[in-house]
This record gives sequence, C-alpha cells and structure tokens, in this order.
Amino acid sequence: MALNHRASDIMDIVVEQVSKQYGSVMALESISLEVESDELFGLIGPDGAGKTTLFRILTTLLVPDQGKATVLGYDVVDDWQALRPKLGYMPGRFSLYPDLSVAENLEFFASIFGVKPADNYDLIRPIYRQLEPFESRRAHDLSGGMKQKLALSCALVHRPELLVLDEPTTGVDAVSRKEFWDMLKKLKNEGITIIVATPYMDEAARCERIGLIQEGSLLQVDTPQRIAESFDKNLVAVQVKDKYRALQLLKSHENTYAVHPFGDSIHVTLRDPGTSPEHLKVYLREKGLKEVRVTPISPTIEDRFMDLIQSKANVITY
Amino acid sequence: MSLPIKTENLTKKFGDFTAVDQVTFEVDRGEIFGFLGANGAGKTTTIRILTGLLAPTSGDARVAGCDVYTQQEQIKSQIGYMSQLFSLYRDLTVRENIRLFGGIYGLSKTEIKRKTKSLLERLDMQDRADFEVASLPLGWKQKLAFSIALMHDPQLLFLDEPTSGVDPITRRQFWEQIYEVASQGTTILVTTHYMDEAEYCDRTSIMVDGRIEALGSPDELKQKYQKKTMNDVFVSLARNAERGGGGT
Repeated sequence: MALNHRASDIMDIVVEQVSKQYGSVMALESISLEVESDELFGLIGPDGAGKTTLFRILTTLLVPDQGKATVLGYDVVDDWQALRPKLGYMPGRFSLYPDLSVAENLEFFASIFGVKPADNYDLIRPIYRQLEPFESRRAHDLSGGMKQKLALSCALVHRPELLVLDEPTTGVDAVSRKEFWDMLKKLKNEGITIIVATPYMDEAARCERIGLIQEGSLLQVDTPQRIAESFDKNLVAVQVKDKYRALQLLKSHENTYAVHPFGDSIHVTLRDPGTSPEHLKVYLREKGLKEVRVTPISPTIEDRFMDLIQSKANVITY
Repeated sequence: MSLPIKTENLTKKFGDFTAVDQVTFEVDRGEIFGFLGANGAGKTTTIRILTGLLAPTSGDARVAGCDVYTQQEQIKSQIGYMSQLFSLYRDLTVRENIRLFGGIYGLSKTEIKRKTKSLLERLDMQDRADFEVASLPLGWKQKLAFSIALMHDPQLLFLDEPTSGVDPITRRQFWEQIYEVASQGTTILVTTHYMDEAEYCDRTSIMVDGRIEALGSPDELKQKYQKKTMNDVFVSLARNAERGGGGT
C-alpha cells in the first residue's frame, strides 16, 4: 500500500512515459499524461490509436512494459488491489451478463464491491430510472441505448472516485449521445473524475481537457478551445454546388496545403498566407464552378487533429 | 432503366411490433442517399429488406428493378454491401479475399484474375497482396472492403456505417471514394451516426419510430426545420422518438 496515498489531491491520474508493445506493434509509445481531480477528460482518437490499452493500464488490467502510472495516488502495478474498488470501468464492448436481468446485473456488480444497489442509489437514479420499467428483462434483450445505460449504472453502483469510459457512445445515435454527455456532466458535478475515450470529434468540445491520440502517441493535450486555436495556418471554407469537382480542383491548386470535405463545405488550408479567399474564388469560377463562396474561418478541433496527423505522417500512405 | 430503389408503403411487422411502417421513397441513379435514423428506428430492417435478406409484411419495393418478395436472389447479384460488422475474412490474405468474393459474386476465373490485378494496382497494395487482412491498418481494410463490394460492378452499393472508428483524414478519403464511384453512376445508400457526413449526401432521409419523418437534400432539410446543421435537424426530429434504441 502506498503511504503517500492522495498526497497530491490535485492529480487523479499521473502517467509517466508509459509504453506497451504487442509483438511488433507499439500500442503505446512513451505516453505521459496528467488528469486533475474532478476533471472531465476526453481521449480522442481512431480505432487502434491506443485508447483501450491506456485504459486497461489505468484500470490495472494490463501491466505497462515501461513507465509508471499512478491513479488516485495508487501505483497501478503495485497497489492494484487497493485501487480497484475505487474505479468504475465501462469497457468498449458490452460486458454485462446477457442472461441476467437488469436488476440482477446491478445487484451482481454491487455485490462484487460489497455494497447494495440502494447504498448509492441517489447517484445512479437519473440513469437507472429509465431502466426500472424493464428491471426483469434480460440484459441481452435490451436495446443499444438501454444496454449503455445499464453498463453505466453498474460501473457507478459502488460510487467510484474515477470513472473510466471506453467509447461509451460508439455506434450510438446523435440523440442518445447528447443525453449520455448530459449525464456525464451531472456525474462530474457529483465529484467523480471522468476519463472518456471517443472517436467522435464533436464530443471533444464537451470535455474540459482532451488528449488527441494517434498510433500510440499523444499528439496534443489541452483544453478544446486552446487545441483548436493552436491551428496556426490560414484556413478558409469553400461552399460550392459541385463539391466533388471542387475537391479535385482545390487539391491540384498550387497554394493549397490540405483540402478536406467538412460538413456542408470544404475546408482548405492555404499554403501561402498571401493567397486570398478572393483568389481561390476566382480560380474556381474560372474552372466553371457555380455558386462559389469562400470565407475565412476559425479552425475546429478536427481541423487541428487532421493537421497534426498530416504533419506527423507527412504522407499518409493509405 | 428502372430506379435503383423504389418503395411504396413498405411495412415489416414482427408480431405486433411494426419495425418499418409504410415507408415510401425513391433513390435516383448515381445518387448518394443518406439513410439516417435513431437506433431502433427501423433502418437495419429496411436495409435487410432492400438487400433481399428479409421479406416485407406488406407494401412494395423494387431494388434495381427486382421485386423484394419474389426476386431476392437477383437483388443480391445486383448490389454491393459493406458494413463494419460484415466485411472481409481476417485470416485470409488480401488476394484470397478478392478471389473468395469474386467467386461468391459468380465472376469467372479470368475475370477474377483481371479484377485482382486492377484492384491491387488501384489501391496500391501489390506488395501486400499476400498479407493476411488482419495485419492491415483499419483504413486499408476499409478501402479493400469497399473495392471488393464493388467487384461485380453492382448498380447499387449499401454502406452500413462504413467509416465508424477511423481517423478523420481516412474518413474523408473514404468519402472521396464514395463521390468517385457515384460520379461514375453507381448509386449509394449509406447509414452513419456522424451527422457531418449527412451533409455529404445528395439527399437524406431520417427515420423515426419506423417511419420516414423527413426526406430531402441537407440544405432543404436545414431550411425546412430552421436549423444550422444536420445534427440539429436530426436531434430535433429524433428527440421525440418513442422507441429507445434497437439493435446497435
């Protein structure tokens, strides 16, 4: 048992140069990260970036090859037994017992931690209430959104100090995702530190700080706003009728650095700060495109993430 | 030439549960059609009917001119299908996967050879041809699956959440592939939970509780519902859904 447990009340997670390798694949490459107490922290990145590996290390399910990680003041390798009861973990894959009913799953997970569902019912009530009409239904027969709510209830039933959520919203529709994030905000206000992984960029803005992760490396860690602002190139949005043709034309233009479809427009990073939006508009019109609008815009987190990926890989080979 | 997809009052009931409720819509040739809806709204059931995997309870639907009640096998040979869940055989090599699916689609040996060559060239994967699919990065797997779904030159391609989990650049490269094949006349029906991708579609439909609640181009829908983004349109329509989430 660590004597200095919670010596630092500021940091709930301290990861120092953690690496993990599977065969020849570097899943995590010297990751360092700190998450403050009561923070809502998002780990944003695609499949295979290393999100799950990091979460398994933080939840004591996997031992790092190198480096050191401390969670709630406990070393994840040496003090795993003391740490586990303080963690709530919702894995990416639905991991409840499909043959048990809703109520049985909740009771089971409570009993593992030596509590009863009633003990912390105030905490899970806003989530579990929606499941109460289906308490006797087998978990297997629940809809996707309901499974997600039950899994979250089970992860919270012992009132953990840290909640680790691995892609809770993947494959979930936009409405349920919005509801889920509203719930997380409430939990955070209850004093629970939350670290959540997601591949959805639009969810990044709902976190207090985020880490962008790709191929085992943390590319940047900061507040969503500062990450977006750190995009230091000249960005314009092009709106045009024939988007596919415009994409091709913009890519072949000598002064464009990156060209990406982006919602209802195309985001273009200009290579030369001197190239004006007007210049691009004239170019597209001369090529016969109609209804062209080019406007300078502020970058989003996704613009920054794509820029970081591109700079890192220099050439994306696939 | 008949429309790639035409349905009229298409309905599917499971017992007393109406999964798909009198759905009527058409998709034009070369169109990128976004098929959106909340979890459990009936998208998957509709797609299963349109791909010839499930017979409807009532109503009509023709896919590539074939009737969904009586010509299910013809439908299967006219369409391509790709999803996150069903795609390639991980334990087979790239080349073996191409050969396997070529065989399933009924291509001749010569055609399979020719297709293998052109496909590997186009994807720039010649030196990976004998690698197991499991060893490829996710972005490559998706591109390969996409090309294989198009191997038999189908008129119509169903894409069921094709970009889930990939990084934002790969996601956009994937959409450029979609644009490319659509510009060549292939019709695309795509489902996604990324609402910014709905904006890439020519037209989208939004299903709520088994019905198509809205249908139009992203611009039309945003105007009609007075919203700035498709995400806001979607949330305003799906928020009042009574069915809280289904299969996925």
